[in-house]
Amino acid sequence: MAIDYSLELAAIEGNPPLKELDEIIIKPMVTKPSRKYQIVLAITTSLLIIGAICIGITFYYGIGMWGNNQPVAWAFDITNFVFWIGIGHAGTLISAILYLLRQQWRNGIARFAEAMTIFAVMCAGIFPIIHTGRPWLAGYLIPYPNQHVMWPNFISPLVWDVFAVSTYFTVSLVFWYVGLIPDFATLRDRTTNKIRKTIYSVFSLGWRNSSRQWQHYEKVYMILAGLATPLVLSVHTVVSWDFAAAIIPGWHSTIFPPYFVAGAIFSGFAMVSTVLIFIRKIFDMEHIITLDHLEKMNKIILLTGSMVGYAYIIEWFMAWYSGSPVELFTTLNRAFGPYAWGYWIMVSCNVFFPQLFWFKKIRRSVPITLVIVILVNVGMWFERFVIIVASLSRDFLPSSWHYYKPTLVDMGILFGSFGLFFTLVLLFARTLPVVSLAEIKSIVPGAQPSHGENQHE
Amino acid sequence: MNDGKKLFGVAALFDTPDEILKAAKTVNNAGYKNYDVNTPYPIHGIDKAMKLKSSKLGYVTLFFGFFGASFILFFMWWTLAVNYPLVIGGKPYFPLPAFVPITFEFTVLNAVLSTFIAMIAVVFNLPFNSHPLHDSNYMRNVTSDKYGVVIESEDPQFDENKVNELLRSLGGKNIERIFYPEQKEFKVFQPRFVVFLIIIAIITSVSTYVTLNKLMYLPPFSFMEHQNKGIAQYESTFFYDKREMREPVKGTIARGFIPYAFTGVTDTNEFYSNPLLPTQKVLKLGQEKFLTYCSPCHGNYGEGKSRLRGFFPPGPTLHSARVIGFSDGKIYNIITNGQNGIMPSYAYQTTRDERWAIINYIRVLQRAQNPKPSDFSAISEINKESGNASN
Repeated sequence: MAIDYSLELAAIEGNPPLKELDEIIIKPMVTKPSRKYQIVLAITTSLLIIGAICIGITFYYGIGMWGNNQPVAWAFDITNFVFWIGIGHAGTLISAILYLLRQQWRNGIARFAEAMTIFAVMCAGIFPIIHTGRPWLAGYLIPYPNQHVMWPNFISPLVWDVFAVSTYFTVSLVFWYVGLIPDFATLRDRTTNKIRKTIYSVFSLGWRNSSRQWQHYEKVYMILAGLATPLVLSVHTVVSWDFAAAIIPGWHSTIFPPYFVAGAIFSGFAMVSTVLIFIRKIFDMEHIITLDHLEKMNKIILLTGSMVGYAYIIEWFMAWYSGSPVELFTTLNRAFGPYAWGYWIMVSCNVFFPQLFWFKKIRRSVPITLVIVILVNVGMWFERFVIIVASLSRDFLPSSWHYYKPTLVDMGILFGSFGLFFTLVLLFARTLPVVSLAEIKSIVPGAQPSHGENQHE
Repeated sequence: MNDGKKLFGVAALFDTPDEILKAAKTVNNAGYKNYDVNTPYPIHGIDKAMKLKSSKLGYVTLFFGFFGASFILFFMWWTLAVNYPLVIGGKPYFPLPAFVPITFEFTVLNAVLSTFIAMIAVVFNLPFNSHPLHDSNYMRNVTSDKYGVVIESEDPQFDENKVNELLRSLGGKNIERIFYPEQKEFKVFQPRFVVFLIIIAIITSVSTYVTLNKLMYLPPFSFMEHQNKGIAQYESTFFYDKREMREPVKGTIARGFIPYAFTGVTDTNEFYSNPLLPTQKVLKLGQEKFLTYCSPCHGNYGEGKSRLRGFFPPGPTLHSARVIGFSDGKIYNIITNGQNGIMPSYAYQTTRDERWAIINYIRVLQRAQNPKPSDFSAISEINKESGNASN
């Protein structure tokens, strides 16, 4: 059967009237939450509270409550940081890069992915701050004139990280909000509730859907997408420099930036898939977030998963080709040393299972996709764990080798970050339109002029 | 019919994007300037139909992007090379490659924020929630699923009947007259607003003060009165027993410590013998320690005339036959353990060798009080040798 690749898949199924689209998308915001939603929210909030208590314990008693000890000075804290930053990357990729590539299918999932970016960066931001031990001194990372005449060391990758992550968060937030303004206007004009109307009016800024506004708006949206694209690539690059600029074997490697960026997109898409599979089910949005979307995301997971697998192979090659006995030892130690279990979880979840997406049946099967994307999330968490802990636990000085074990507080903070993320996602799903109203309307069949006599005049 | 309200314009709704495109083109060709097209989403080709000039916001991005890049580069150069020059990692004061990441991030941040603010605040003049179109039936439709044109009364060739006719001929539905909302006048300095400003000012200044001067306070290095150390006799906030002075760990043995077999035993007949010979060095040390620790009670020559008499039970003379008869070891035992409940132990003030040196010195004092005839001849011989005829 010949397939016409020039034809795009429909971004939404069927041909619903615009009003009906509004209804479907706004429904979760105006109906009472279902029992299922309440149970899930209760679980995530409990996790969030556990995390908060564990962070409280850390602040009260100190960092000694964690399993970190020399030479493993970075462990769960930085693993979680890199993991969550990576999760965020898919959102910007979907909203900015796919926008520039004119991939219309992104519209159904872009808003959600952008929101997940923001929440993931919020989760990530917690970790570098709490792992300093005295988080109230984090203000010194901002270059402000103080009585010490003390400036941040702009040469340090850790300070680059501060700039990269805070810029990333701000730009993602602005990008997300710019997309939300017209939707706030729609909500404002639909609601009859006075309090809601006031809130929506404030956030819509008095947007009037005027073509004179749309014209600038589209331009700015494109500029923001254009700026967010190199930004998202730079953020995980800078995160990887935290490691690559150090001399620890297994970190000091030029492959890190592309390797980290591919891994970030890989894990981010897996997380977006995980959440969307639930959301489309809970809120009856199978026609807007379609199977085609999931299949396309599975293709990207397959691609980026293979890139990550390639990076693993290159690490082995470089271990041998560099001729450095230390590098070779580190690579062997990762695969066969005390943390071999983590390495093989990582390899199987990241390299082997995503390869199943070569089969179209599996790509289009929601349950199997769900299992694989969750495995990918697990695998990518372990990738960071293996990179950080396995390298540090056996560094240059064998006398100080140390087997890191997480404590209960470590685990509590990890689960707490998941609690924070999913609580925010659930709250978002009921307070804001999870699909961009203006964008989805603009790609419905018949939404644009037929260009019969108007074309090319 | 106007109810005294001022007319803002006349609006019409259309059902399809093709219709609105045609309407926009016709209205524009009819020579109207102050009109607007409102659609639920951007319509392709509407800017051409309305003959809109393309957006200039890209120049804002460009300018502020360059501005951000040059500002942050200048700033990093100024902080690390001028204001507080510091060699870090053996790099020059201005290591350009190491400044690239932050320059890039700041460029993006500056460009994005300035473009966003320029669009919202400068180009659109938002927030603007009191626009006449708001809350009209027209607005409720164009933010949902209809496409609308509004021709404003400000337009130089505005004539209500003509506009109505034009819109109707284009197939416009729900033709609606839109009025300016009643202007509510507010005084700028209402009491509530002033109170609000004051509260904001207080919250801002208190939180800034607490954050910078309390939360983030680090004593500058030059203030040496703040030292992170424990001082003896002070209460500790760290240790459970609240003592800054720490006792040695149980079982700690001082360097050079040799245990004394009769610690705390006063009635013994077995004693150590003096390991030190009465050399000049030993006697000098003994004299020094005797004058420090023994003389306050026993007198400078051991004669028992205390400087502390009247304040403290007087020490006995060391020249009695009984003391002369004590063995060195017994005196050592008395210094170490104390005696009669009046003389305390001097084990902590003096070392072993110092105690033996003191005993040697006491023997010298005793001999000086009861010299032997041979001592006189020895002294005259010493005087003769050194040629000391002064006496």
